[in-house]
Amino acid sequence: MNIENNSEYVSPYIPNTNLDRQKMLEIIGVKRIDDLFKDIPSDYLNPNLNLAEPMSEFELKKYIDAICSMNIVPGEYSSFLGAGSYQHHIPSIVNQLSTRSEYMTSYTPYQPEVSQGTLQTEYEFQSLCCLLTNMEVANAGMYDGSTALAEAALMSARINKKNKIAILDTVSPTYIEILKTYTQYQGISIYIVNENEINLEEDTTCLIVQNPNFYGNIDDMKQFAKIAHQNEALLISYTDAMSLGMFIPPGDYDADIAVSEGQTMGVPTSFGGPYVGIFTCKKKYIRQMPGRIVGKTIDTKGNTAYVLTLQTREQHIRRENATSNICTSVALIALMSTIYMASLGKKGIKHIAELCYQKAHYASELIKKIPGYSLLSDNIFFREFTIICPRSPKEINKILLKEKIIGGLDISNKIKNGMLLSFTEVNSKEDIDNLIKTLSKIK
Amino acid sequence: MNPKDLKYSKDHEWIKLQSDNSALIGITEFATDSLGDVVFIELPDVGSKIKQFEKIGEIESVKAVSDIYTPISGEIIEQNTELIDNPELINNSPFEDGWMFKVKNIDSNELTNLMDADEYDKLIED
Amino acid sequence: MNIEINNIDRKLLMDRSSPGRIGATLPPLDVPKQKLPPNNYLRDNIDLPELSESELVRYFSKLSQFNFSIDHNFYPLGSCTMKYNPKINDEIASMKGLSNLHPLQDESTIQGALKLMFELQESLCEITGMDNISLAPMAGADGELAGMLMTKAYHLSNKNPQRKKILIPDSAHGTNPASAAMAGFEVITLPSDPKGNADIEALKSSVDETLAGLMITLPSTLGLFDTNILDVCKIVHNAGGIVYGDGANLNSLLGRVKLGELGFDIIHSNLHKTFTQPHGGGGPGAGPVIIKKFLSDYLPSPIVKYNQKTNYYSLYSPINTIGKMGAFHGNFGALVRAYSYIKTLGGSGINQISQNAVINANYIRTQLKDYFTLPFDRTCMHEVVLSAKDYKQKYNISALDIAKRLIDYGIHPPTMYFPLIIDEALLIEPTETESKDTLDYFIEVMKTISKEAKDNPELLHNAPHNTPNTRVDEALAARNPNLRWTSSNI
Repeated sequence: MNIENNSEYVSPYIPNTNLDRQKMLEIIGVKRIDDLFKDIPSDYLNPNLNLAEPMSEFELKKYIDAICSMNIVPGEYSSFLGAGSYQHHIPSIVNQLSTRSEYMTSYTPYQPEVSQGTLQTEYEFQSLCCLLTNMEVANAGMYDGSTALAEAALMSARINKKNKIAILDTVSPTYIEILKTYTQYQGISIYIVNENEINLEEDTTCLIVQNPNFYGNIDDMKQFAKIAHQNEALLISYTDAMSLGMFIPPGDYDADIAVSEGQTMGVPTSFGGPYVGIFTCKKKYIRQMPGRIVGKTIDTKGNTAYVLTLQTREQHIRRENATSNICTSVALIALMSTIYMASLGKKGIKHIAELCYQKAHYASELIKKIPGYSLLSDNIFFREFTIICPRSPKEINKILLKEKIIGGLDISNKIKNGMLLSFTEVNSKEDIDNLIKTLSKIK
Repeated sequence: MNPKDLKYSKDHEWIKLQSDNSALIGITEFATDSLGDVVFIELPDVGSKIKQFEKIGEIESVKAVSDIYTPISGEIIEQNTELIDNPELINNSPFEDGWMFKVKNIDSNELTNLMDADEYDKLIED
Repeated sequence: MNIEINNIDRKLLMDRSSPGRIGATLPPLDVPKQKLPPNNYLRDNIDLPELSESELVRYFSKLSQFNFSIDHNFYPLGSCTMKYNPKINDEIASMKGLSNLHPLQDESTIQGALKLMFELQESLCEITGMDNISLAPMAGADGELAGMLMTKAYHLSNKNPQRKKILIPDSAHGTNPASAAMAGFEVITLPSDPKGNADIEALKSSVDETLAGLMITLPSTLGLFDTNILDVCKIVHNAGGIVYGDGANLNSLLGRVKLGELGFDIIHSNLHKTFTQPHGGGGPGAGPVIIKKFLSDYLPSPIVKYNQKTNYYSLYSPINTIGKMGAFHGNFGALVRAYSYIKTLGGSGINQISQNAVINANYIRTQLKDYFTLPFDRTCMHEVVLSAKDYKQKYNISALDIAKRLIDYGIHPPTMYFPLIIDEALLIEPTETESKDTLDYFIEVMKTISKEAKDNPELLHNAPHNTPNTRVDEALAARNPNLRWTSSNI
């Protein structure tokens, strides 16, 4: 706004001036702008809009700074929260490259001649997801891991035309909730099975297993695959993508559909989103897959080109019979993950996974020696494990916060005094020792 | 040109009688032209019993999907397996190499529900 | 040079890989070494590329240049609202105080984030004239699904399980029927009348006690404001149905009319269209679902509420919620950008969006209507649909050919072959962020192409001419799907 505070606001995003508009209205052949809105019932035209006055960039940044100061930010505090969203160091090139406006401000690549950047990087994403999981094919990404899981279950029902979903009780309660949201009116039922005695009901379309599970444990996935396949059901696995840097991937235990949360690969925690769901499956099921898929082909000159393919599965062609309603997905986040995986590469992903493992195990060994604390189980785990605290995790977290520590997730609604702790490479030895020291003081 | 020795349905399928009371079934050139490049077809397994005019499968081009309706009842005894690797045969040779499946035990009375080439020509002109 | 540049640029990461290279610095192990699990749990090899940072920067920078983007030039993609994405929004969304927050932090530690979400909730309700909102849906189609699930839940809790039918105009976006089907509804297509409105007579004859609701886009995907909209809402309401508004085209209504006041019960807003979350080559987006009070109990969770007395923000889940749409609180990063946009423009700025978008579209309409068929010769809103059917008939030039030729002139093609009810459709949405100069250039180019179609049709058939790839073989891609790198790809 200028100093004289003129009554008319000039938007920095609208180039046309009053003079331009005047000329244009003349050519259109109307007198006033409102003549262009005459199809709108006049009683409803130009309602009162009760919004604040415009803010300059400077004012806005100050305003947002104030909002940020109302938050406690992991990084400034050491944090041991995970449960599906993990803090990692993100190499500079991930942001530098993915925020190039060519990637950021382009549309879904419907015009392959002018979208090869997006298309080829999406093909790379699919390729790297396949290599990470050892699965045969992948799509270009889903909204997040949880919706990828729900879509996987719906896909399973389309494949074998059965309508009961079996889900292990060690799957995150949040993912079970989302599965319910997406399946509730589709004539599909969900039942929960106990990990130790799995009896699949007749008409079970799939068995869903999370590995590592919600409590952090790594399970023997081969055994679950066997049970599912003996019952002519598909095995759907939900894995922590970073764990695949160390542990055997879903392709090696015969998973039919394997999904993951891609956030752990180069995406900030960003208060829960946007993330990217990794979606992979056996090749024979590709025509039942949801989401965008990029394929390799050639152009009229015989040169390599990439293009959105198998589009007849999708809503813009098959409408109510589509495999999913998904349209705008998360291409840019998939690009971030692609750059992350490429940058860390073969050695780096393994290294980061091992750091997570090592730090979590270092911490667990120390915590179980603190009087009053114990581990929920002595199973194999990756970077998360559940501890039983001497008093309510809520109180413990309050005390930790005073020491500038964001504690683990309170899961006392599942396990009495249970807390789920998570470790990544950003938790230094000093931070972990400080956590242990503080916990030791709480009795 | 729609061959004179075939019978046609309004859903643009054709049927060609064989000497042994079986018949070959495919889709017409008019249908392939409006679909564009065929990329995939899905048919019921051999041994399936099918009823005249019911939806039995799907045919996909790059940007369209169309249902396949059988012009005659019977039992499927063969699928054109060439189409699995070369679906373009349907575009290149709709009335010959691009046949889709073969049925037996057909009821020749049902043929009266179908059109001859002249009638079909007229249908697609409109 | 005899070297095929194309093939070098197109070489994939795995084919560029060289054992021993790495593109990142790795932090050392700073804790005593721990025991590893038994070998049968461990993976023996992971096949990922090995490249240096500098190689990666070149590769991804080069590839980015194969993209057309809104920062490059005019992108008149109908019903997609490809308008300028303000840079300040990106800077704010990447501030550590927001982007480093963990979604499961205790409420007391995230008051700022919740305040931001609460204020966005309030602003979007105010702009649309609705009462309540959930920011949870992660894209437009996800908002539609949420709205349809709420419609289902509402009818079921009112003991009306027979309400299974959703009416959707034939001009609708494909996500509408797909979302309705995912919520267990039967989809009935509603024809459009000759003026491009929903056919009122057809509507009257299809409403009965099985009607669950109507999904309608306003303005329609034909760029037209349905002049019968008040009657449409009344007919659906009288029959006991819910009126759902697809907010894909909300850009043309900002500050001009509130959908809530017209009678809509549920709408969603595509924040990546109207509120400038960059489209990112296909997401992320955000699709908040915004509703009238009587549906509040069904909203997807979570929702932010504010207690004025304690000055405290908290998350809650409505009593009959349809559930969660995703693992956490929606696409927060996209919400931050929309918030920043609304704050920057304020009421005065928001008010100017629709008038400029609508002037721009009508300017194109009046200047091109003598060159292309105008299926509906009336004032349009933010976008105009043209048909190239005459060119198809006379010169065998399709909408596709015209669209591809535009690329040669540095303009992104408009939406083609949509809405499905228009032959050889070209749906053009200029948005408010384009200048008259840009539009004049576009109009000149369209006139030139119209002439080329007659004089030199081959030029159009072979377009585009100067892109990284010429037209691609989509049939080959679909017949023999090659969806990933394998070592035999070399």
